[in-house]
This record gives sequence, structure tokens and C-alpha cells, in this order.
Amino acid sequence: MTVFLVIIVIALFAVTIWQMSKIFDLSRSSNEVDSSQIANDKDNKTQAYLSVGFAIFFYGLMFYSFWNLSKFYLPEASSEHGSEVDTLMFITIIIIMIVQILTQALLYWFSYKYRGQKGNKALFYADNDKLEFIWTIIPVIVLAGLIIYGLFTWSDIMNINEDDDPMVVELYAYQFAWRARYSGEDNTLGKANVRFIEGVNQLGVDESDPYGNDDVITTELHLPVGKPVVFKFRSQDVLHSAYFPHFRAQMNVVPGMITQFGFTPSITTEEMRESEYMVDKVQTINEIRKENSIELIAQGEVPLDTYEFDYFLLCNKICGQAHYNMQMKIIVESQEDYDAWMAEQNTFATSMAPQ
Amino acid sequence: MSALGQETLDHAHDDHGHHHKQTFITKYIFSTDHKMIAKQYLITGLLMGIVGILMSVLFRMQLAWPGESFALFEFFLGKWAPDGVMSPEIYLALVTIHGTIMVFFVLTAGLSGTFSNLLIPLQIGARDMASGFLNMISYWLFFLSSVIMLSSLFVEAGPASAGWTIYPPLSALPQAIGGSGMGMTLWLVSMAIFIASSLMGSLNYIVTTINLRTKGMSMTRLPLTIWAFFVTAIIGVVSFPVLLAAALLLIMDRSFGTSFFLSDIFLQGEVLSHQGGSPVLFEHLFWFLGHPEVYIVILPAMGLVSEILATNARKPIFGYRAMIASILAIAFLSTIVWGHHMFVSGMNPFLGSVFTFTTLLIAIPSAVKAFNWITTLWKGNLQLNPAMLFSIGFVSTFITGGLTGIILGDSTLDINVHDTYFVIAHFHLVMGISALYGLLAGVYHWFPKMFGRMMNKNLGYVHFWITAIGAYGVFFPMHFIGLAGLPRRYYTNTAFPYFDDLADTNVLITVFALITAAIQLVFLYNFFHSIFFGKKATQNPWKSNSLEWTTPVEHIHGNWPGAIPAVYRWPYDYSKTNENGEYVIAGQDFVPQDVPLQAGEEEMNH
Repeated sequence: MTVFLVIIVIALFAVTIWQMSKIFDLSRSSNEVDSSQIANDKDNKTQAYLSVGFAIFFYGLMFYSFWNLSKFYLPEASSEHGSEVDTLMFITIIIIMIVQILTQALLYWFSYKYRGQKGNKALFYADNDKLEFIWTIIPVIVLAGLIIYGLFTWSDIMNINEDDDPMVVELYAYQFAWRARYSGEDNTLGKANVRFIEGVNQLGVDESDPYGNDDVITTELHLPVGKPVVFKFRSQDVLHSAYFPHFRAQMNVVPGMITQFGFTPSITTEEMRESEYMVDKVQTINEIRKENSIELIAQGEVPLDTYEFDYFLLCNKICGQAHYNMQMKIIVESQEDYDAWMAEQNTFATSMAPQ
Repeated sequence: MSALGQETLDHAHDDHGHHHKQTFITKYIFSTDHKMIAKQYLITGLLMGIVGILMSVLFRMQLAWPGESFALFEFFLGKWAPDGVMSPEIYLALVTIHGTIMVFFVLTAGLSGTFSNLLIPLQIGARDMASGFLNMISYWLFFLSSVIMLSSLFVEAGPASAGWTIYPPLSALPQAIGGSGMGMTLWLVSMAIFIASSLMGSLNYIVTTINLRTKGMSMTRLPLTIWAFFVTAIIGVVSFPVLLAAALLLIMDRSFGTSFFLSDIFLQGEVLSHQGGSPVLFEHLFWFLGHPEVYIVILPAMGLVSEILATNARKPIFGYRAMIASILAIAFLSTIVWGHHMFVSGMNPFLGSVFTFTTLLIAIPSAVKAFNWITTLWKGNLQLNPAMLFSIGFVSTFITGGLTGIILGDSTLDINVHDTYFVIAHFHLVMGISALYGLLAGVYHWFPKMFGRMMNKNLGYVHFWITAIGAYGVFFPMHFIGLAGLPRRYYTNTAFPYFDDLADTNVLITVFALITAAIQLVFLYNFFHSIFFGKKATQNPWKSNSLEWTTPVEHIHGNWPGAIPAVYRWPYDYSKTNENGEYVIAGQDFVPQDVPLQAGEEEMNH
């Protein structure tokens, strides 16, 4: 016990001395005027070397990201317009990475090369109209190219070609799920409004509108491959956003108005599953899931299912607490398979009939 | 005009200079002195920053280890983290308040409020702001709005959770999300007060810059900092009232049953009576402020960085007039690009084309600025102080983040990356990290002016390098999970097995985020310790040209003990030589603005 006390006393004494010396140190230094906190030649040199080191880290990080993480980029687009988007994305990324690599190199190289040294003279260089003209005009030209390319693609995507006779499908969003309403044989949706919602009529279709009778409401989205489809989006409550990452398509779903987006699916679910990209990806994912399941089983929980790829539609506009799990399965299939599936579905009129 | 105004002010000051006793309250609390108000803004901003960054740490941990239990969650979130597992509601609240605090309270008030207040009078040669009283009110309204915003964290049903963009109907209807009740009301009240504060501040900055410049301080002799603050204030005056309008209309929709933004809504088994409004209208109003807002955040940082780069490179800023022109161009363009946040909002696609065009135009003045900064370093004699490093870091992150803007500003490409992590990576680099670097650079550089002491440079170096590594470590890989189609504001990604392979990258990002957040403690220690115990500063530690360094280290009311110095040159005469290759003032590589032209010296045609 005494030993313990002695140790405590010694320790406290040591702390006291340390604290006193610190106070002494602080009180002395704080009233002294000096330039010790301004970078000197030694600091400049150290920091210059560090900036080279940082540049190496940064280029390494960029390289690592492109090498290891670019595989995350979505697979080949599954819609006809999607490849245009991807090409433009590819060109843009190349251009910006060239600019990035050059400018960052200059920045860190200059930080190193022109580190300050006593006696060195900086160059008084305030202006050069020619240089400034050059680096104004180059971005102008490059951007003009990108803008023109982008705008043509944009208007191609957004202007829905009615001559192709696209299939009209309504996507209906509510907290926190999706419904699809096919327009049926007449390819025309029956009128709808939330004020008609009652009982089984969960989408608020107007029963008095004959166009609505052949509408088909489903919880999965089936699309025939190669057939243009135009989606009409309607929301029951708050803003949602219908995001189809694999089809390079997205449109907000706005209560009180109908928004639209059209595309032509070009790769069936089956084909996508068999693609090299997806086989690899699904394999990686299943390995991860298997590993995670080991932990879950150890904790006495249910292991994770084996994953099989399916296209999905997700909500991409914050819409409430379960926003993170507002999804719908999409199946792209041949026209025959689609027709067979459609034949099994009830029309709006039949689902209302029992009442 | 300015000279006249100055003279009367001189006399006014002489009159009251002698019998001016200050109490603790008038000096530290209800101060009308711009230097004290600047410090109040800075410290309030830093405290809000601690809250904002801590929130990001919490939700980053949730994203890396979804559903995992942490004592930290239980400690900070209490009932919102039963058994230490974060609930989805509080996740959304955290991202919402993190965004709000960082954008408005830290990077608008903390950055522009601090440095506009500190530097405008000092650098243009004025005794104080045009209205010290209005300035004081502006700060205290900001303080009040901060308190209200923080108090909303303790509301029963939770703070606002509809995202910092508070799009209705989610933000309007408590039935849709708990945070849209009292929490949202407090959010709106807080922001309304914040806007009032911001407007008072901005008007003061504008009037002061126009009217109170000292003799000889023409607009083309202003430091770029002042240009940036001046233009920022103008953008603020133009755009903040629109947010106030949006907030007022939203308050009416929420409380008085109007239908500006609401229509055809069926929630929890009942149809709401709202009819005819449009959420898209709100988006237009919000982004009419929201986009200029990002320039309100970044322009002051640009100004600070331009000044610090020139001073520490011992070189004039390259292309002074081009820099001013690009500030003006950015300011103008910033008010006509808001639609690029709304390409897929359901607005007419033709509008999307127009906004793509204007948005990509903004890349041109931005590119000019970046090239000019890099050229400013070329053949300099770089003094690598912490402020200088943060300024170089600013240029780096501004370029990295700005370049991806070319992708997001292109409506075609935006379709597939809209609201994904790609956007998060982009704007955090280009306005979040960059503006924070600008703020930190400014703090390190003007600390001697604010507190009369120096910050410790070695701690500054440690702070910078680890922050620089961490910030890129967080946000560079983030682009790639965005390109994978991963949406933002998801409480967890486990509902989509498709995203399972992104989990490792999310862990990597969070680890970098934790390191970056932790290293800010070094800065906080350095900051608060140096206020009391830092080395005494000399009057002009960085050998700078601008007028603030002609004032004494000890703060006095009225800034200069004698007459206000007149100005004879621009602020960037660093390393200027005569024809014989000697410095204009022998043995000194800088010529302060108040030094008259020397014999045989030419005022350079910049």
C-alpha cells in the first residue's frame, strides 16, 4: 500500500514539474516576438518534398480508383439510347481526366520547383493577354463540342417519337413501392386521380372512363425487348424518382402532374444474366454474401439468399424513412414471353367486377 | 465620393476617440466593431462546423457498417438509436441537418461572414462597416438562427428530415415523415432569420465597398478578396429573398392550408384537400437561391485564395483583370443555371437544353481562374506556410471537383448520375472541401490580424497533409460508387444485393472520413490554444501589401490610430523590380499599397 502511495506521489510530482515547465515555457514564449511560426527555407523544402509525396499519393489514388473501381461502372446499356449516353460519358471522362492529370501535375510540380529560398527572386509576371486568350478559347472549343453532342443526344432521348407507336405504361409511386399500369389493347390509359382511390382501386383509376377497363395493374414491370415504351409517371403522395440505372433512364415522379420518359429495352434479362460482366459480378456478390452469411449463422440468424441478377427500378428522390428500399423488379423478355405473362394478368375491369 | 465620405468619418472618429470606454458587454458581446463581429462569426461558424462534421461521421459509420450497433450512436442519438443501432428516420435527419449546417451556417456565415467583416474595412481603408449597428444585428440574428436550428435537434418527432433541399410535399406533410412536423417548422423559422441576417450583412458589405474606400483605392486597386466579397454580397441580395419567398409559401402550405406546392395527394388513407400546386415550382424557387448559393460559398474562398497565393508566391496574381472579369461572369451565370438541378424534375426538356448550355458556359471563367492560379505559382518564390498549402489544396480540389461538373451539367449524362453518389463526390470536392480549404487558409493567414498571435505552423502542416489525403480518400473513390448507380440518401444499401460489392469501398471511404474528422481536432486545439498562448505576431508577418497589415497588432476601434492611409498602387506589387533588376524598394520584395510610386517607377498596366 505504501509503495502504491509513493508511486502516486512521485507520479504527481512528475506531472507537476511537467506542467510547471509547460506554463513557464508558454508564458515566456507568448510574449516574445519572433518569426518562428513563419515558413523558413527548411519548411519550404520539407513542404515542397511533401507536396511531391502528396502528388504521388493522389495519382496513385486516381490510378487505384480507375484500375479497381471502374468495374463498378454499369454494364453495357440495356436500352437503345443508352449506348449514346455511355459514349458521351466515355468521351467526357477522357477529356476531363486529361485536363485533370495535366493541371494537377503542373500545380504540384510548381509547388515543388518554385519552393521559396532566401535570396531567390520571383518573376514579376502580371499579365499575358495571349496566354489568357489561349486558355479561354480552348475550353470554349472543347465545351462547344461537348454541348452540341450532349444537346443532340438529349433531344433524341427526350423527344418521344410517336410514330414508333410506343407502348404506354404508367408507373405509379407511393410510399414505399411501385405499381405498373399497362394501358391494354387500346394503348390508352384510363383517367386517374387520387380522389378515386377506394378499396381495391388503389391507383385511383376512374371507373367511368372506358379506356381504363382494359388497363392492367401489376407489381412487376415486364417489358418486351425491342419495343419502344413510354412511361407516364404518377405519384400518390410525395416526390419520388424513377431511376432505371441499367437503362440509363430517370425521371422524377411528381404529385399533381404526369411526367414521362421513353426508351426501348434492348437486352433481355436472360441475356444480361449470361453476359460476361454480369456472370463475374454476380459471382463476386455471391462470394461476399456467403462470407457475410457465415457471420449471420454464427449469430443464429437467417443466412442471405443467393443472388440472381434482375433489372430493377429504384426510388432516387428522398421520399421518407423506407426510401432506401423502394424498388420494383423489371423483366425484359421476348414478345412471346411478354404476351404469355400479360395474358395471365387481370384487367382493371375484371378486378373491379366482384364488388 | 469615397474620399469625401472618408473625411467626415475621420472627424467623427477623432471626436469620439477619447471618451470611449468599453465594457465587457459592448466589447465582446454586443460589439459593433467589425473585427470583433468577424471573430464572433468565425467561432460560431466553427462550433456549427463541429456539429455538422460530427453528424457526417455518424452517418458515414452507418453506411460503412449498416445496422451495426455503436455506443457512439446511443450516446449522441439516444432514443433514435435503440440498442445503438441508428434508425432510418434519424439517418435522414442527420443528412438533412448536416447539409443545412455546412452549407448555410459554416460555409456561408462562417466563411463569408467572418472574412467579409474582417477584411472589407481593413483592406479598403475604412474605420468600420457603413453601419456597425446593422452589422451587430446581423451577427445576432445569425446566432439566433443557429440556436433555433440546433434546438430543432431535440424536438420529439425529430428534426427536419426531407433533405437540405426540403422539397415538398415531403417537407410539408408530417404524415409523410416525422421530421416534417415541429422540426421542419423550426428549420423554416431558423432559415428565415438566417436570411434576414444574411441580407443585412450583404447590404452592409455592398455599401461599405462602394462608399468607404480610402483615397486612391479605385475599384481596380481593390484586392481580389474585396471583389469576391462584394460580388458575393450582390448575389446574396439577389437570390436569398427568393428562398425566403419559397420558405414563406411553404409555411403557408404547411400551416394555412394553401396549395402553392401541393396537389392531388393521398396519404395514410385520406385525400388531402390541396389542389393545383406544383412541387416543381418550389424546386425552381429553391434552386434560384440554391445554385447562386454555391457561388456565395465558393467566391469568398476564391478571393481569399487569390490573395494568399499571391502573397506567399511573392508574385502578383496573374491576370488581375481577368480574375475580376471571371468573378463577374461567374456571378452573372450563377443566376441563370439553376435548372441543371432539375433536368429530370419533369420540366420541359427544352429548358434542360438551355440550362445545359448556360451551365457549361460557367466552366470557361472557372477554367480561366484555375489556369491563372497555377500561373501565379510559376516562377514564384513560394513561402509554403499552412495558409499557402491550403490555398494550393483549394486549387487542386476545385479543379478535381469542377471537372466532374462538366458531366453533371450535361443533361444527357445527368440522367444516369442524378442524385447518385457521383453528385455527392462532385459537390463536396468543388464547394465543400474547396470552400473549407479557403476558410482554413483564411484562418491561418489572418489569424495574426484577428488575434495578434500566430498559429503553430507545424500543427498546421500536420493538419493540412492529413486533411488533404483524407479528403481525396473520401471523395475520389466516391465517384465510382456513384457511377455504379448507387443513390444518395439511402439509409443502407443492403436492400439491393446488386450493390453488395460496393460495401468495401464504402468502408474505405468511412475510414478516410474518420481520419479526416479526427485530425480537425489538431486544428481546433491549435486555434483555441493560439488565441491565448500563440507566439506574438508582428505587424506584417507575411510581408503582405494590402492595407490590413498597416494597422497595429493590438485592435483599436477605428483600425488606424492616425489618419487612414491613402493608396497609390494595386495590392500585388510583389517582387516588382526597376529596369536595373533591383527591387523597387531596395532589399524588400514587396511594396505595400500605401507606398507612393518611387522615383522612376512605372505603375504597371495590369
